[in-house]
Amino acid sequence: MMHFEFDIEGGDFSKAGFASSQLKRILKQLVTDHKVVKKTVVALYEAEVNVVAHAYSGKVIIDIDTDKIQIKVNDKGPGIEDIEQAMEEGYSTASEQVREMGFGAGMGLANIKNNSDEFNITSEVGVGTQLEIIAYLEII
Amino acid sequence: MLKRKAMKVSDIVKKLGLTVYSGVSGIHKEVTGGYVSDLLSDVMGHAKEGQVWCTLQTHKNVMAIASLKDLAAVILVKGYQPDDDMAAQSEVEGVPVLGTKENTFEIAGKLYDLLK
Ligand SMILES: Nc1ncnc2c1ncn2[C@@H]1O[C@H](COP(=O)(O)OP(=O)(O)O)[C@@H](O)[C@H]1O
Ligand SMILES: [Mg+2]
Repeated sequence: MMHFEFDIEGGDFSKAGFASSQLKRILKQLVTDHKVVKKTVVALYEAEVNVVAHAYSGKVIIDIDTDKIQIKVNDKGPGIEDIEQAMEEGYSTASEQVREMGFGAGMGLANIKNNSDEFNITSEVGVGTQLEIIAYLEII
Repeated sequence: MLKRKAMKVSDIVKKLGLTVYSGVSGIHKEVTGGYVSDLLSDVMGHAKEGQVWCTLQTHKNVMAIASLKDLAAVILVKGYQPDDDMAAQSEVEGVPVLGTKENTFEIAGKLYDLLK
């Protein structure tokens, strides 16, 4: 139904959140269920920040259908060796500088999981990480 | 039960003697509560719409989060002032950035008293 793509630059915190604020604007006009909008922008924001904080560059691909929103966030970066460990709340490899800004609490992946209906993550060390976030819409 | 009159950002500015740095267009937003944290993912995960966020973070990303979460306003504690790009983003989003000389404990206590 609708398709959007956004590029993310690693290391550039000033632009972090651009895709999620655009998505919020779009969804507010399309979706009456505000809970879904809120959850989905939280999930995408955390995914964007992870590319900025941990990877070199990335792409956000959003497909909005009548019954669901599918978001893919693919990055080129160091990848994640142990995904289970990365998912643990509190685990973070963020730099001191990133932590001083209030990022790097190790809660990002948990936030994504808690705010999506389906969440898939795959990663290859030295290549990059791929996230898929799906939110289902209630059609009345 | 007696229903408390809705409190606006402008009311807490007056009652707590806060400085308004930016985002005046959002000054009439209703305040439903408060949240205190300097960890951005904590706010992302747990703050609720209409809350006022007390923090010492002064960079632009604070406004992205405040706006995505539909927060009523941000209060910077201990005399911290917003970075230029934070203030500019606050104007764009229409979410006020307020300030106090008091520390987080003191201002959160007063805010709690006002809103409880
Ligand atoms: N896109 C990514 N590329 C490489 N590593 C990642 C990526 N996303 C997450 N990680 C790893 O997983 C850890 C936990 O991520 P997260 O829960 O978002 O917490 P935080 O970003 O605050 O560290 C990160 O510290 C990092 O080591
Ligand atoms: Mg993160």
